[in-house]
Amino acid sequence: MSEYANYTTGEPISDTKAPEGPIAERWDRRRFEAKLVNPANRRKHTVIVVGTGLAGGAAGATLAEQGYHVVQFCYSDSPRRAHSIAAQGGINAAKNYRNDGDSVHRLFYDTVKGGDFRARESNVHRLAQISVEIIDQCVAQGVPFAREYGGLLDTRSFGGVQVSRTFYARGQTGQQLLLGAYQALSRQIAAGNVEMHARTEMLDLITVDGVARGIVARDLITGSIETHYADAVVLASGGYGNVFYLSTNAMNSNATAIWRAHRRGAHFANPCFTQIHPTCIPRTGDHQSKLTLMSESLRNDGRIWVPKAKGDTRPAAEIPEAERDYYLERIYPSFGNLVPRDIASRAAKNVCDEGRGVGPGGQGVYLDFADAIRRMGRDQVAEKYGNLFEMYERITAENPYEVPMRIYPAVHYTMGGLWVDYDLQTTVPGLFAIGEANFSDHGANRLGASALMQGLGDGYFVLPSTINDYLARHPHQDSVDDDHPEAAAAIRETRDCLAKLLAVDGDRTPDSFHREIGELMWEYCGMARTDAGLRKALARIPEIREEFWRRIKVPGSGAEFNQSLEKANRIVDYLELAELMCLDALHRAESCGGHFREESQTPDGEAARRDEEFGYAAAWEYQGTGAAPVLHKEDLVFEYVHPTQRSYA
Amino acid sequence: MKLTLRVWRQHNADAPGAMASYEVDGISQDMSFLEMLDTLNEDLILRGEDPVAFDHDCREGICGACSLVINGDAHGPERTTTCQLHMRSFADGDTIDVEPWRASAFPVVKDLVVDRSAFDRIIQAGGYITAPTGAAPEAHATPVPKPAADHAFEHAECIGCGACVAACPNGSAMLFTSAKINHLNVLPQGSPERESRVLDMVATMDDEGFGGCTLTGECATACPKGIPLPSIAAMNKEWLRALRKG
Repeated sequence: MSEYANYTTGEPISDTKAPEGPIAERWDRRRFEAKLVNPANRRKHTVIVVGTGLAGGAAGATLAEQGYHVVQFCYSDSPRRAHSIAAQGGINAAKNYRNDGDSVHRLFYDTVKGGDFRARESNVHRLAQISVEIIDQCVAQGVPFAREYGGLLDTRSFGGVQVSRTFYARGQTGQQLLLGAYQALSRQIAAGNVEMHARTEMLDLITVDGVARGIVARDLITGSIETHYADAVVLASGGYGNVFYLSTNAMNSNATAIWRAHRRGAHFANPCFTQIHPTCIPRTGDHQSKLTLMSESLRNDGRIWVPKAKGDTRPAAEIPEAERDYYLERIYPSFGNLVPRDIASRAAKNVCDEGRGVGPGGQGVYLDFADAIRRMGRDQVAEKYGNLFEMYERITAENPYEVPMRIYPAVHYTMGGLWVDYDLQTTVPGLFAIGEANFSDHGANRLGASALMQGLGDGYFVLPSTINDYLARHPHQDSVDDDHPEAAAAIRETRDCLAKLLAVDGDRTPDSFHREIGELMWEYCGMARTDAGLRKALARIPEIREEFWRRIKVPGSGAEFNQSLEKANRIVDYLELAELMCLDALHRAESCGGHFREESQTPDGEAARRDEEFGYAAAWEYQGTGAAPVLHKEDLVFEYVHPTQRSYA
Repeated sequence: MKLTLRVWRQHNADAPGAMASYEVDGISQDMSFLEMLDTLNEDLILRGEDPVAFDHDCREGICGACSLVINGDAHGPERTTTCQLHMRSFADGDTIDVEPWRASAFPVVKDLVVDRSAFDRIIQAGGYITAPTGAAPEAHATPVPKPAADHAFEHAECIGCGACVAACPNGSAMLFTSAKINHLNVLPQGSPERESRVLDMVATMDDEGFGGCTLTGECATACPKGIPLPSIAAMNKEWLRALRKG
């Protein structure tokens, strides 16, 4: 067993900066109590924003509109390509346009419950309040949401809720929302308020006396190492699902920005809270480079089933109705196919483990539209899901109008991330984290269509309000440059790491290591986790890390466009992050949401929480590579939604 | 499958480029085209050679990063993105040519990677609706007739990959530009900036060195998202209308 697991417990986190008072008034109160920066002074403040997805794009545009000077970064060739673009299903908002009993309080309640009571109530309530403004904002930008014939907005249902509050743009909601943010950002770039650096990747955070003052970045075309300084730094660099190698994330999505900030003092919260999405296209072989999601919206009309008998290899069409098990409808009659993601994923794993899975290797379940096509007609099904069906057919060469889709769970989203307070500020003053990069709002399980809501909520509304307070209180008069000892150290460490990667000249490719760590994580820190398995992974990770630094082969040089070097440098961080995820999963000896510990389940096999012992967010403090981290607990207090065993039956 | 690849290799923007031949073996029909290139690159790294650089990210056909001319066709033989093209579209023993987007407005960065920042500058010229955060009216204050909403959506689907430019004999960006103009100009929210949008975007498009349209229609044939050719005519109409008004 490695030393790493012998973590110590430090001071609990006592102040989250969430205001007191009735929950519905807290956001107003915080905004009123926050100091403001005089509009004439804002242009003197520079804010760095890393990432251009929904959170980063929205924040960059909004901060620039307010008058701040924004310096923004993305690794892609254009800010429009951030992975938010791939979100399919929709965005939640408590508009209650359906008159179906929805309200801000219900969205708040559903989100706290859906997250299995591991999120901070104040933040979640604020998110629910802001949700309605997000839709207004996006419509004003020209986002082409689906509409009814009367010209008003259409909505649909998503998992874990019983109202219809999800706004959507066919199966491309993320794309349309992102383009809205990108266009707003483009306007500010043209106006000279945003200095945009595309194909530039953040590789380190520069802190001065513990305060965030800039970043070290690499120009991916020339390979040059650059520094950028600012009055505050905002990380909007997304989640860390790619630690699993196979996930629905984009190939280049990575954890480097948040992990290197963690190394510089930002606590990392709940790293083991990862979302395994139930409806992805199953893998086909070892060549697989990524997994493709099929939107949760499909569960509105598709029915999930497997054969009742084990090892039934007949084609779906030859299995009579009486011999099919619509297991979600059977086990959870009131939510049926629309149970939350963690529950649907685990149920799929269970039926496959029983030997009732379908398709190659028995790693799949059917998502069947035959009933929907009979009920609505093929044209209406095509209108709602056409692009998803086409994507499915493109990948599998099977026509889902004729044969049921085969789906299997895959890593999709990470609820954990940098710990932030109510203002979305990390434990490093002046460093903020927004969107999937932070840990807030979703607890141990995110509900469908809530990621877009949170990303845009953080970016358009929360951060641009709360960062004022920080900038007003910290009018950095002193300038920092590359000669400052702390800046010089960050530059040197960045250069050393790249040089070391190039110098090894071993016999294994970056991908081979990425695949190895990913398979280990999927096996031991995936859909079901055990004490013994996690300990095995914790013993193995330092060995892989040692081998990595002995055998990695990165061709070319650092002074050029070098995609292998980019990859290898990201794997350096995965090899540390994976260890923290396993430790977090090991220490949390309860099941909650997406974190399922086999030792902690109800007699029905549902996740059994242990609120007395684990009713906290776990914020980890870095102590060095392979060195046991320090745990800081933020106790979660539930004043409005009383924690109960979640029931969707 | 066993295949011969002829790939454009160019070390950087200033270096001369050339086609280079590679053999790949053990390719499965279920692989995507990019997974086939991954296989080649793994071999190249282990042999101590420089792997082939290519842009890619989501591998779901939506981010618009991937951009290969395959056997002379932008995104290859199917009407989809390169990342969604699968090897079942090829036969054992095939020789496949792989080149970058070819257009003077898209200079090569390395191998198969090109610089498409001109597209961003076209959007910056007017491809937005001025709606600062917080200034929005209630979403239902302005109903949008379904046909207009559907028309906007159909054009908003553009992923900015640049296949239209690569396919066009003139290297024209008219389909890309018209997609954004059709998306925004048909909506009531986009109406106040209708004229300046089309005039400024078209002017920037010309300044960036894209060619004009001679209605060959290659762009719409190559477009993985099916942006229709008549969008260009609609843009020209908007442009003339704006000129007359101006």
